[in-house]
Amino acid sequence: MSSELDSDRRLPQLEQQVQTLFVRDRRSLSWVRIREKGIFLCLIGCGLFSLLITGSIIFVLASETFRFFQFPDVTLSNFFLSTEWNPLLGNTKSFGIWALISGTLMVTAIAMILALPLGLITAVYLSEYAPRRVRSTLKPILEILAGIPTVVYGFFALLTITPFLQWCYSGFNVYNAMSAGIAVGILCFPTVCSLAEDALQAVPSSLRDGAFGLGGTRFDATVKVIIPAALSGIISAFLLAIARAIGETMIVALAAGSRAQVTLNPGDEVQTMTGYMVQIAGGDVSNFGMEYYSMYAVAFTLFVITLTLTMIGNQIRKKYRETYE
Amino acid sequence: MSSTITRPKDPMGPSPRAKHDSKRHTASGHMRTDKPHDELPEKPATAIEMKDLSSWYGSFQALKSISLSVRKNKVTAFIGPSGCGKSTLLRWVNRMNDTIHTAHATGSLHLSDLDVMASTTDVVNLRRKVGIVFQKPNPFPKSIFDNVAFGPRLHMKLRRSELLDIVEWSLRKAAVWDEVKDRLHAPALGLSGGQQQRLCIARTIAVGPEVLLMDEPCSALDPGSTLAIEELMNELRNLYTIVIVTHNMQQASRCSDETAFFFEGKLIEMNDTRSIFTNPQSQRTEDYISGRFG
Amino acid sequence: MSGNDSHGDSPLQGQSPDASTTEAVKQQAEPVTNGAPFDASKLVTSRNRITKDIRFRQMCIVTASASVLILVFLLGSLLVSGLPALSWTLLTGYPEPEPENAGLWPALMGTLWVCTMCALITLPLGIGTAILLEEFTPRNKLARNVLSLIQLNITNLAGVPSVVYGIIGLTAFVSMFSLFDDADSTDGPSMEMGAVYFDQFSNVASDPFLNTGDADARERYFLIPVDSRGAPVTVPKTGMLAYENGEAGFATVEILAIDPFTDEVSADADIMSRTIDNTSTPGRISEKQWYYLRLPFGRGVVAGALTLMLVILPVIIISTQEALRAVPATLRAGALGLGATPWQVVWNVTLPSAIPGIMTGAILAMSRAIGETAPILIIAGIVYIRSAPQHLMDDCTVMPLQIYNWIQRPQDEFHEIAAGGIVILLAILLTFNAVAILIRHRMQNKLR
Repeated sequence: MSSELDSDRRLPQLEQQVQTLFVRDRRSLSWVRIREKGIFLCLIGCGLFSLLITGSIIFVLASETFRFFQFPDVTLSNFFLSTEWNPLLGNTKSFGIWALISGTLMVTAIAMILALPLGLITAVYLSEYAPRRVRSTLKPILEILAGIPTVVYGFFALLTITPFLQWCYSGFNVYNAMSAGIAVGILCFPTVCSLAEDALQAVPSSLRDGAFGLGGTRFDATVKVIIPAALSGIISAFLLAIARAIGETMIVALAAGSRAQVTLNPGDEVQTMTGYMVQIAGGDVSNFGMEYYSMYAVAFTLFVITLTLTMIGNQIRKKYRETYE
Repeated sequence: MSSTITRPKDPMGPSPRAKHDSKRHTASGHMRTDKPHDELPEKPATAIEMKDLSSWYGSFQALKSISLSVRKNKVTAFIGPSGCGKSTLLRWVNRMNDTIHTAHATGSLHLSDLDVMASTTDVVNLRRKVGIVFQKPNPFPKSIFDNVAFGPRLHMKLRRSELLDIVEWSLRKAAVWDEVKDRLHAPALGLSGGQQQRLCIARTIAVGPEVLLMDEPCSALDPGSTLAIEELMNELRNLYTIVIVTHNMQQASRCSDETAFFFEGKLIEMNDTRSIFTNPQSQRTEDYISGRFG
Repeated sequence: MSGNDSHGDSPLQGQSPDASTTEAVKQQAEPVTNGAPFDASKLVTSRNRITKDIRFRQMCIVTASASVLILVFLLGSLLVSGLPALSWTLLTGYPEPEPENAGLWPALMGTLWVCTMCALITLPLGIGTAILLEEFTPRNKLARNVLSLIQLNITNLAGVPSVVYGIIGLTAFVSMFSLFDDADSTDGPSMEMGAVYFDQFSNVASDPFLNTGDADARERYFLIPVDSRGAPVTVPKTGMLAYENGEAGFATVEILAIDPFTDEVSADADIMSRTIDNTSTPGRISEKQWYYLRLPFGRGVVAGALTLMLVILPVIIISTQEALRAVPATLRAGALGLGATPWQVVWNVTLPSAIPGIMTGAILAMSRAIGETAPILIIAGIVYIRSAPQHLMDDCTVMPLQIYNWIQRPQDEFHEIAAGGIVILLAILLTFNAVAILIRHRMQNKLR
């Protein structure tokens, strides 16, 4: 055994060398410690930056909204109680936010009628039924759908869905809530689907096995055990999707039109909050006029609504996750 | 073995008597001179000394007033059923528990003259002196060489040849050199479980520690690898003070000099290994050793 | 919600209806369990249940395939209208008013500038924040609360509509809270760096109002440096040092200055080509280095990049956190046990293992940034940009914005080239996505 012989000679020799290395000067810790502190401070800075973002969002929106209400023509009661939004034309300007909110809600409702059931069922399929291979094809497809820019959906809504709707029924306007709603629905579908699937997947498989063990079919297990158990996760997925739909901009800017009105007819032109903001920013309204500041008031309203929804949604989601972790 | 201390089975926690007992125990630990199966000259020096160490995770008390001393250049085994606090105790020795923010402790723990529990203690320095080997082999996803060189690179200014020496020495010391010398730059994750664990030991001794903590080092390994690690421990005891946590009583009896038995966060009995296994003082210890529970 | 195992059995046979089932499950469970477990009539209905199961499965398949169909239809209709519009002109041309000559080049370059800038700013910030949140658990309670506040804040920031970020960008970056003068005002921005100003003169020969009839005189333009944007107008004098912006870059030339109405104009073609009418008013132009900086930023590349940073920062933070969380804790413990400091653990162990995951997240976030239209639309407005950005503050447009611009026009020809632009945009994004999916796939294989 030559290696053993070699080892016998080598080891003591190495041992001596290494022991001298161990007692030799070690790398100074003070520099390491200073570097550690410095890096930690940088990281803290990064973290605080995100707080700064939130702070500046609130500060900017609040202060500019305040400035908007300083204009003599603008009153709080007009803003919160009126349903007429007429900031650009005519002698009597009216800033009734409900006209924009109703347009937003109309588009969101149409989108959710489409996206929520479809998303949930697809999520159930993916989580409970789909064979491995189907799953591995469907998931990337959903990801691709989620990755398509919204301006593409806007194009699709304006130039494919709207003509199709008009072909079905001639009462549809060139710009209408229906077409925008359908496109927003397609946009939100992957969101609902992946969030709901997460929720379903988080249900421990012991619950499934329990249901199967008692002779339940997969349907029984899903509808009577898994979905109730994942209910809060699913609700949070819905809330987050609704928030996304409310904040969606390019589709409604392209396809929903620019006439703010309260209507129940999905074939009518409506304007959403986001659509109005785009109209002001993209148009040639003078900077720092009343119309310009109205954009901030609308943005603030939008921010409050979506923030509330996402906060509730995230809170439910967090609680839900904690339950099963 | 008159020096053996049986901890009172007091569910109410540490009593004044318990404290008194523990002091007596540590004192007697120094005086012990007879060590039948140890050929080396007796070193009465104490490597680790704990007094009244209690520890909590949040509000759960994991350790209840532990006092014991670990002797230098000996293998000390901590045994006991799962959840008895032996791993927690081990992880206080190099303050690995610091990573769990709910963990806190009272009492004192000294490593020769270093106060481990003091807030001013530099854990980085401490962990250099007290290496730890975990239950599951955890080599870094790097090459075998880089794994062993990781610690020395952090702590020492070395020339390339010196680094090579340290790596070779550590790998030889950890009895894995012959298996890996031809593929030092192959990924460490390609080694077998036993080799990985020996690599982790090599990685630990490459920083030149004084104490080696082993947290159930063989529980994830096959019997052959376990044997190799046990032989390795026998080799290493000349250089290091070794503390091993184990579930396996045969292992404790095979390779340790002293054994401490823990139950529900309390030190029930500590004595030299032969006495513990042949003549346990406490009924609990006997029950556990004879396999009545645990 | 609830999570104990008794759910598993209670809905089907009602063995333990009184057990610790929660309200929600009870409501679901009770209608189904209205009978004794071994009721014979119940057993008959099990066939019903199986049919139901099959029906439901079929419904699921139909809906799931609907999603595939939507994608196929969407991509198909885009390809049908977009592919014929694809041309070299579309890729390399400028957004001319005639659809057949219009192209995306400035928008493409704008996207490149804005997104590169955005990535350079966002990645360090986002990865840093994620490391802070995942790898540093302070023992101090106050610090822990601050970290959980940051975490909560980031989750909620991810839900803020991008158009709101556009508004913030407009106020915070474009006009900088109006703390400084307007960047586009005649006096220029309050602070600038990296710009050199010139007064541009043409020689007498190139002046259309002073046709000297001398065909030999070359038409030339001279640049005379001035101190600042607001410096008084230069009066040309003979012997003044001027630059000529020739093909080989700046070259110094001597000029002559005369008043062509009072003084004699030389007949020499060479002198003519160096002569400036000393009553002419120059145009003030600037030459900006790529790092040109001004405050406020104005509607330029940097403002766009910073605004997109707001949009994708939460996305990057969250995906990086997930990547870091996937690194086994045993690796960290191993490094800590060797006496590594927290940062050394992160740098040497955690980050290298998490890099593929971080990259996947970063690529997906960047593809989101490339496709993001609303915030850029808010800060840049619909502007007509004729050239690729030359410096960090240059006006720019991005691909989706140019496409939006074209979709908005009433003419069908523009809709066609918009479809062509969409095909190009989607091709870029799909490449990004494919790379990300590939990296993730490799990573999963590695872990297995």
